[in-house]
Amino acid sequence: MTTTTSPSKTSRRFRFNWVDSFLWFIRVSALIAIVIGIVGSVQLFLEGEGPTAEQWRDLVISGLSTGFMYGLIALGYSMVYGVLGFINFAHGEVFMSGLMVSLIAATLMFENGFWDANPTLALLIVLSISMLVSTLVAVLAERIAYRPLRGAPRLIPLITSIGVSFFLQYAFAGIFGVATRSYPPAPGNLGNDVEFLGIAIEGTKLLVVGVALISMVGLWWFVAKTKTGRAMRAVAEDKEIAGLMGINVDRTIVTTFAVGGAMAGVAGLLWALLFRAVDFLTGFLPGIKAFTAAVLGGIGNLPGAMLGGVLLGLFENVGPLLVLNGLGIPAVSQLKDAVAFAALVLVLVFRPTGLLGERLGSEDRA
Amino acid sequence: MKKSRSVRLIAALGALALVIAACGDGGGEFEAGELGAVEVGADEAIQIRSLNAITGEVAFLGIPNENAIRMAVDDYGQIAGRDVNVGTGLDDLCSADGGQSAAQTIVADSAVVGVIGTSCSGAAAAASPLLSDAGLSMISASNTSPSLTSDLEGTAGENYYAGYYRTAHNDLFQGQAAANFVFENLDLTKVALIHDGDPYTNGLTTAFENAFTELGGEIVVHTAVSVGQTDMVPVLTEVAAGEPELIFFPIFPAEGTAIAQQVSGVAGLEDVVLMAADGLSVTNFLDLPESENMYFSGPDTRFDENTNEATDLNGEQFLADYESEFGEAPSADFWGHAYDATTMLLTAIEAVAVEDGDSLWIDRQALRDELNSISGFDGLIGSITCDEYGDCGANVISIFQHNNLDDHQASKANILYTYSG
Repeated sequence: MTTTTSPSKTSRRFRFNWVDSFLWFIRVSALIAIVIGIVGSVQLFLEGEGPTAEQWRDLVISGLSTGFMYGLIALGYSMVYGVLGFINFAHGEVFMSGLMVSLIAATLMFENGFWDANPTLALLIVLSISMLVSTLVAVLAERIAYRPLRGAPRLIPLITSIGVSFFLQYAFAGIFGVATRSYPPAPGNLGNDVEFLGIAIEGTKLLVVGVALISMVGLWWFVAKTKTGRAMRAVAEDKEIAGLMGINVDRTIVTTFAVGGAMAGVAGLLWALLFRAVDFLTGFLPGIKAFTAAVLGGIGNLPGAMLGGVLLGLFENVGPLLVLNGLGIPAVSQLKDAVAFAALVLVLVFRPTGLLGERLGSEDRA
Repeated sequence: MKKSRSVRLIAALGALALVIAACGDGGGEFEAGELGAVEVGADEAIQIRSLNAITGEVAFLGIPNENAIRMAVDDYGQIAGRDVNVGTGLDDLCSADGGQSAAQTIVADSAVVGVIGTSCSGAAAAASPLLSDAGLSMISASNTSPSLTSDLEGTAGENYYAGYYRTAHNDLFQGQAAANFVFENLDLTKVALIHDGDPYTNGLTTAFENAFTELGGEIVVHTAVSVGQTDMVPVLTEVAAGEPELIFFPIFPAEGTAIAQQVSGVAGLEDVVLMAADGLSVTNFLDLPESENMYFSGPDTRFDENTNEATDLNGEQFLADYESEFGEAPSADFWGHAYDATTMLLTAIEAVAVEDGDSLWIDRQALRDELNSISGFDGLIGSITCDEYGDCGANVISIFQHNNLDDHQASKANILYTYSG
């Protein structure tokens, strides 16, 4: 037997393989570049150049809050993927629709003074409208665009979801116009700094993290402890057998979309607090980022989606200044999105299934 | 086959008839220049086109340009007994893609003589080479990037093509004006610059940097955001690390809004002074509470007393006409430039048009020569003189402080500094 045809493990281990060695080359050089970048930034910091300690801390906090918002949107991608095995690219627009509609209520409340007089109630109203609209849009999309395609090859609902995404974008452009609109500033004294664990954090960012954590725990309880949650897991495992066991598969799938939509609606409120500006394309980039987060964490895995979101937010906020600035690259902040997607590539190079993902059988792959 | 042969026969007969008719009138044969000429028949209209950003986020800039173009065509009236037709307004989408595809549409129609546009410098960089190759003349009302014309010292910009003209100022003037104002009037020496990669924004921040360092100031950070970015905390942290006293961000409303709203939340930037340019001195940005007290540089639009010599209309009358026709004040600052650009083009067409029998011939090269030779043309924006690279603007820049959220016109009248190039 020659080594070229031998399947034996020992000979394979020592065989020279171009692809593998190239991948190792990428892994090693990426690590070296990151280390050099970080060392450079630390040096700058010690010399008193670059951001101060306070600014670094703010960057981390803002990265975390953005990340939690990405995580909430990512949950929708992950849940639908887990149950139906396709990527719902219209999910970013589901998020945008709740955000856009609740802007009407927010503006009205701001104009008659209710916004600042009753901050809690005002935010709850915005939250419920946003969740309601996002849920409705997600469920309608499932009913009209995806259900008729159940059983079709997976590429078909995937392409359909891109169509749904365009439809929603331009429907909203038609209804609301193309101009950038703005949410009113955070109500009451929410915009002020709050002392938390000994450090001053902007109230809105703390609220964002808090709301995201509560939603995440709520979702976990729903999926793990309720009957409907169990049905969802059963359908995700095997639709046919679940149906034979008396589970209403269609209703369970609708529930999945509804819950994903509701989470996107919550993310809408967080976006309104963090960034305020909204237009009909607002859903696109966060949607892609959340999809990235879902893949980063291991698609189909809910804690993974949340973890992926938080890490992605951190990478894109801290990464440009920490790594690229240290490498001496000019105008690093416009590379923020590039850093986010490069982080995805790097994680997949080291761990192809994502951080918490499990290896999927070939039939489960999209 | 049969059909095409008969068509050819008819065409040949028609051509013969035309030649006989021309000879019958006793007119000499018109000699076209090297770029060719456009023939306008007896009952045909002279074709020009409007190419402006009329949809999307930058529509506030292109729509008043197109409106002003149509007003100018109406006010100017006929040329040699022929109407002037602008056609459907074309859209430059404020992007290179939009500029390119619109330019392809225009050059496909050989009857078009000239184009008023584009709105955005990025679109012009893509449209200008195509229109130039086809022998057309284009006059932009609001492109300001230095790369489209020249450095004002005799070197053509990287995106300059023959046949390109503009009535807007060259941003080298605006950069100089803004730098002078910051250094001398505000007495600040450490400035951070933010652009978005577009030729307009990048050209202006670069012009500012050169002028400001020349004066003795320091640019502590010169960075960029990407179009569509909403989270500005990283870029503002990068800016804060340089400890600037002022941030100059001459970008467009979507990203400008995000910067203005997030700047106060970044440690170290609580007291920073904000300054922007004409791309942000627009209604929906000036409505933001965060834009109060910001400084804006832009073309001086005090045109009330100036009269356009081709139509005898002055700035005040223009604004009254505009408001009665379109129901609102122009949403950006280049209406006068668009009106003047159109009347300049029509005046030049009238000057070079040659009647030959029933046809009117407009020679493309002669039209460019005529535009190049424009000197002391009285427009709404002031006296217009074109240099050899197509810079025709009046180059008067003013800087105002936005001190009245409810009345933007009052804010725009609060002019603190005027610079004349």
